[in-house]
Amino acid sequence: MNLDNLIQQFQKKDSAAFEALYHMYAENICGVINVIVKDAERSQELCQDVFVKVWEKSDQYDASKGRFFTWILNIARNAAIDEVRSKTHKNQKKNLPVDSLVGIFENSEDLNSKMDTIGLQSLLKGLKEKCILLIDMLYFKGYTQKEAAKELNTPIGTIKTRIRSCISSIRKNMA
Amino acid sequence: MSMDVKEYIASGILELYVAGALSPEENLEVQHYAIQYPEIQKEIEAIENAVLELTEAASPKMPENSFAKIKAELDDVIPFTPEASKSSGTPWGSYLGWAASVLLALGLFWMYTENNKLKNEIELTNQEKQSLEDILSDTQAEITSKELLLQEIRDKDVSVIALGGQAVSPSSYAKAYWNKEEQKVIIDAQGLPEPPEGFTYQVWSLKLDPLTPTSIGLLDDFASQDNKLFTLENANESEAFGITLEPEGGSETPTLEQLYTLGAVGA
Repeated sequence: MNLDNLIQQFQKKDSAAFEALYHMYAENICGVINVIVKDAERSQELCQDVFVKVWEKSDQYDASKGRFFTWILNIARNAAIDEVRSKTHKNQKKNLPVDSLVGIFENSEDLNSKMDTIGLQSLLKGLKEKCILLIDMLYFKGYTQKEAAKELNTPIGTIKTRIRSCISSIRKNMA
Repeated sequence: MSMDVKEYIASGILELYVAGALSPEENLEVQHYAIQYPEIQKEIEAIENAVLELTEAASPKMPENSFAKIKAELDDVIPFTPEASKSSGTPWGSYLGWAASVLLALGLFWMYTENNKLKNEIELTNQEKQSLEDILSDTQAEITSKELLLQEIRDKDVSVIALGGQAVSPSSYAKAYWNKEEQKVIIDAQGLPEPPEGFTYQVWSLKLDPLTPTSIGLLDDFASQDNKLFTLENANESEAFGITLEPEGGSETPTLEQLYTLGAVGA
């Protein structure tokens, strides 16, 4: 069954389709949460909570608004950011440290030993720090292009071309 | 009307689309192009794939059989797995009633999503229809202008003058369709080579005795004029027409060494 059919079945509350989607994306969602929360066990729990939410909200996914992965990515980011916020009582997404991915990349030893740091480092090999920072902001922290442009004090056009080149480097590292 | 797919991909908008960092309008735009251009759809999938690799590498790895926990949790809320009948205390009618209303709700939900899908499809079809209509009206305009041209050339007042190639370019040729009444000449310059950079063809009306050339115009933008037809004003009592190659902007008098074609009226 292709992805579109699977998603349609899932939206019709087909539990087998949901399980298939879970297996496709669980590690990704857990990875995103882990970068934000920086706690392996807590991330695993939150990941499961996220998928419960995904099932409950299945009728809210609207393909005309974006990719299915982007939709669950957004739910996961919000859940993880809420978790960090409730711990630190910070009120804004902008107050979150935006260098977590950079930190993981630079200090492989002291963080989360369960993470595939070798894999992560080989994917991020050769990327400039401002690239990793932008990837962190856009994919892991859920900044919009406007928010990222404002935060980095950079024009939106530059944000676009920069993220294009950053993701292209990752794609080259994958090959 | 068509867009530059490569440029669109290179802009980085698709990376932002996968991140969910675009506005709703931009999302719709990307969605629309992805349906229209398979190359864009493929690129979106490749970008998503890179992000999947990256996020997976950051995962502490979910424990084996982690889905079982979710299943258990969801069973508490709504029956997630089909429940085996527990007791026969409840009359069947009540089950049927529930089943019917669940079916009805599912049916309504299904109709709602189908309806939305159809609306989206109609929207896309309308856009495509619009662009086809644009193409059609362009084509019709083109046909009309060609028909007008043909009419002008066929007019009974028009004399046709063949201009033959001269020493500098023996294989060149051109035709002049001269309407004396309307004082108009259409030059068909299909048989002339493209002029070199910095030069242009200049058309001359000639009186033969004594030889008196009068410029009637330039064949400017030669390369971009697809049909190589040029309409010029000519109020002279022309006895012949000649075309010379001149520096851009034209000359006061013809450069006779660069005379490409020449033809006498009524010859």
